[in-house]
Amino acid sequence: MADDPALAVAGLGHNYGDFRALDSIDFTVPHGQFTVLLGSNGAGKTTLFSLLTGLYHSRDGRIAICGHDLQKRPSRALRNIGVVFQQRSLDNDLTVWQNLRYSASLYGMPPRLARARAEEETGRLGMEDRMNDKIRHLSGGQARRVEIARALMHRPKLLILDEPTFGLDVPGRETIVEHVRALCGRGLAALWTTHLLDEVRADDTLLMLKKGRLTMTGAAGALAGAAAPAEMRSKLAAFL
Amino acid sequence: MTTHTARPAKEHDDRLPAAAFFHFTAGIVRREMLRFIQQRERFIAALVRPLVWLFIFAAGFRSVLGVSIIPPYETYVLYEEYITPGLIGMIQLFSGMQTSLSMVYDREMGSMRILLTSPAPRWFLLVSKLLAGAAISVLQVYVFLLVAWFWDVRPPTAGYVTLLPALFLTGLMLGSLGLFLSSVIKQLENFAGIMNFVIFPMFFTSSALYPLWRIKESSVLLYHICHYNPFTHAVEFIRFSLYTGFSAQAFQVVLATTVFFTTLAVIGYDPSRGLLGVRRKGG
Repeated sequence: MADDPALAVAGLGHNYGDFRALDSIDFTVPHGQFTVLLGSNGAGKTTLFSLLTGLYHSRDGRIAICGHDLQKRPSRALRNIGVVFQQRSLDNDLTVWQNLRYSASLYGMPPRLARARAEEETGRLGMEDRMNDKIRHLSGGQARRVEIARALMHRPKLLILDEPTFGLDVPGRETIVEHVRALCGRGLAALWTTHLLDEVRADDTLLMLKKGRLTMTGAAGALAGAAAPAEMRSKLAAFL
Repeated sequence: MTTHTARPAKEHDDRLPAAAFFHFTAGIVRREMLRFIQQRERFIAALVRPLVWLFIFAAGFRSVLGVSIIPPYETYVLYEEYITPGLIGMIQLFSGMQTSLSMVYDREMGSMRILLTSPAPRWFLLVSKLLAGAAISVLQVYVFLLVAWFWDVRPPTAGYVTLLPALFLTGLMLGSLGLFLSSVIKQLENFAGIMNFVIFPMFFTSSALYPLWRIKESSVLLYHICHYNPFTHAVEFIRFSLYTGFSAQAFQVVLATTVFFTTLAVIGYDPSRGLLGVRRKGG
């Protein structure tokens, strides 16, 4: 299992009634790789995200997380992923610590270990002094950082983020992107879903989703035909 | 990075360590308790509702309604005493619907996704959620009984103990109904319909307010409706337990109803069916 990629998707498809939302999706996310899933609204990103996180099951294709089939061995597969949702998933009436403790308990972590992990993860994000503040008293960027800390509490090998910078200002977005990139430098794999080209770097692996199909996959710079960000931006923008 | 929960078990083993299950349940119960404690209005509303019935409705009807000696009572009882198990059932009925409301709310707000992406089996998470709801309803019931004691509603002391397991079971039954409803209600706005189509019919077509024999005198059809209403059996199970008795029939119906609605809820939250109302939404 150690040689398996963090995420392997093969022949994945999904229907809503007669509507084919996803079709023949194949890709892998290696360990330590920052991979961007880019697609416009309605491309199928949310459906793909729901399938990857086990919110939906699909009859077509296979999803393996660190070699564990998501449908056959869901517990083992889900233990290896951390998820950051586009929609806020924290409880506004609870404090940062209470939210983190709750999330840790859902991964079977005892309170003492949860406390140590919570201090570590919030410390990395500069949020250690807000542990006893209620979520409703945090700014959007701070809450998003807590969401990331929450997703990392159980030490996943793959972090899946669904438009994590949604609704944030530019400095807030940059902080989040840089933090996740730094985590990838330490071996974490990240699948970053977005529709914002600004968040793509030339050395990122890019998956482009359009109308439920992966239309391009590879290094973003290579896909653009040159390393120049402006050219990449124009080509990708034209494609989208 | 490593996952701390992964034990060096067989690679093909999908089981989780036994201790993890304890932490799953403890975490869910703790969260629900915290939410309940912080929502003081919810607690006050849960308490005031049955107390209004006890103080006003029961006092008014005491002289109108005579309750003959029926099991588990060994002598004539005041109407306040008769109605108390029904009001306990009311507390748990509303608490169960609160479970439903909080599930729909969590789903709309997004916090349910944390629960549903946990590595714990989904059925186990739902049962833990039920346990949390039942624990909260039991807490509310004992506070209500404390207040009722000062209103001269004084069942046998041992009844407060024998009531506890019964309350957990009836709490689970009504919570499972709420959980099932939350799996079919897609929007928070639709929740008002629950009040009209579930809570009130269930409560009024039961033995909560009047003994079934009295209802039978008025309408045989209504009597049959009440008799087949699982809430009637929940109330009777509570009534017998509060007076240190045991109704096997009520127990069986409550247990079967709990299993039935829990199964429906687990099916309703099955990921292969698609849930969370995110169909063809977003990117």
